Amino acid sequence: MALHFELVTPERLVRSEDVHMVVVPGTEGDFGVLEGHSPMMSTIRSDATVEIYATPGAAAEKISITGGFAEVNDKGLTILAESAA
Amino acid sequence: MASLKALKIRINSVKSTQKITKAMKMVAAAKLRRAQDAAEAARPYAERLEAVVSSIASKVEKGPQAPKLLAGTGKDDVHLFVVCTSDKGLAGAFNTNIVRLARRRADELRAAGKTVKFYTIGKKGRDQLGRTFKGDIVHSVEPGDLGKLGFADVQDWANDLTARFDAGEFDVAHLFFSKFVSVLTQEPTEIQLMPVAVAEGAETVTAGASVDYEPDEEEILADLLPRNVSVQLLRASRENAASEQGSKMTAMDNATRNAGDMINKLTIQYNRTRQAAITTELVEIISGAEAL
Repeated sequence: MALHFELVTPERLVRSEDVHMVVVPGTEGDFGVLEGHSPMMSTIRSDATVEIYATPGAAAEKISITGGFAEVNDKGLTILAESAA
Repeated sequence: MASLKALKIRINSVKSTQKITKAMKMVAAAKLRRAQDAAEAARPYAERLEAVVSSIASKVEKGPQAPKLLAGTGKDDVHLFVVCTSDKGLAGAFNTNIVRLARRRADELRAAGKTVKFYTIGKKGRDQLGRTFKGDIVHSVEPGDLGKLGFADVQDWANDLTARFDAGEFDVAHLFFSKFVSVLTQEPTEIQLMPVAVAEGAETVTAGASVDYEPDEEEILADLLPRNVSVQLLRASRENAASEQGSKMTAMDNATRNAGDMINKLTIQYNRTRQAAITTELVEIISGAEAL
């Protein structure tokens, strides 16, 4: 029961881990991704924050990213960002 | 026959050259490791982006409304060669190999009646191409230290290139760089930068399932394609940085070894000359004593 989450920038692979939920700041609004999410693709607002919940109820870990897009497929969630900090 | 003093000076000079080339080799080896890591770190992003671009591109109709970066201008009369080299020499045939490939391809296209223009990244490429294609270099950039290039630098070039493409300055852009295979082998490589080459039949990560697009395919694609150009450029620079250091390391290793050989040869010559001088002196003394 975990979502495979990857955060990649051109400089490096920032994250590659199994988490409970990720909230993605899409251009048309934030959306949360859990395991088994239907495939989708979305661009990301510039200068936004990704929230990562490692376990249900855990405090969110926030990573600010700029530009990019997110892809959900049967392997998990991949965020390609221009930079992440 | 050179005098003893001259030989001594010569040996010392070769020795100090050897010290320099040895130091340069070590510096290149250290930088190589970092450049190689950077090249590898950039790979996942490039791979995923490529997968996504081809998966969307296969879904978007190739019509007049398709983005220019994907569909092209509909002609292939004017070709732009983006040639990535370094600013510094002393790296063996690194720059020459890239330039040679570009020149050969340019000659082929010229023979087929196309126009070829150059966009050089790196001083060495500009200088070498300038000899034969002086008037055809539309722009040149000096990137400085290849290992320190970030995404932001590359993005400026990509934006410039995209703007030129949109303005119709050229129809097809090719990217030339040196692919890092190993420390000993670097392969000069050409890839098509614009319009984006989509691998046919690269059916996709999300095949079979219906995918939600947010906003929609066209808009995502319009966002992705310019990014793809930057990423390709970044990848080329990273590969180039690693290749440059690898090439430099090999070149400097050879230079160090050659200097060692030369020192040996000169030392032998020095000793022989010294012996000869001593023998002559002895002969003189003995014959002088005999004459008395």
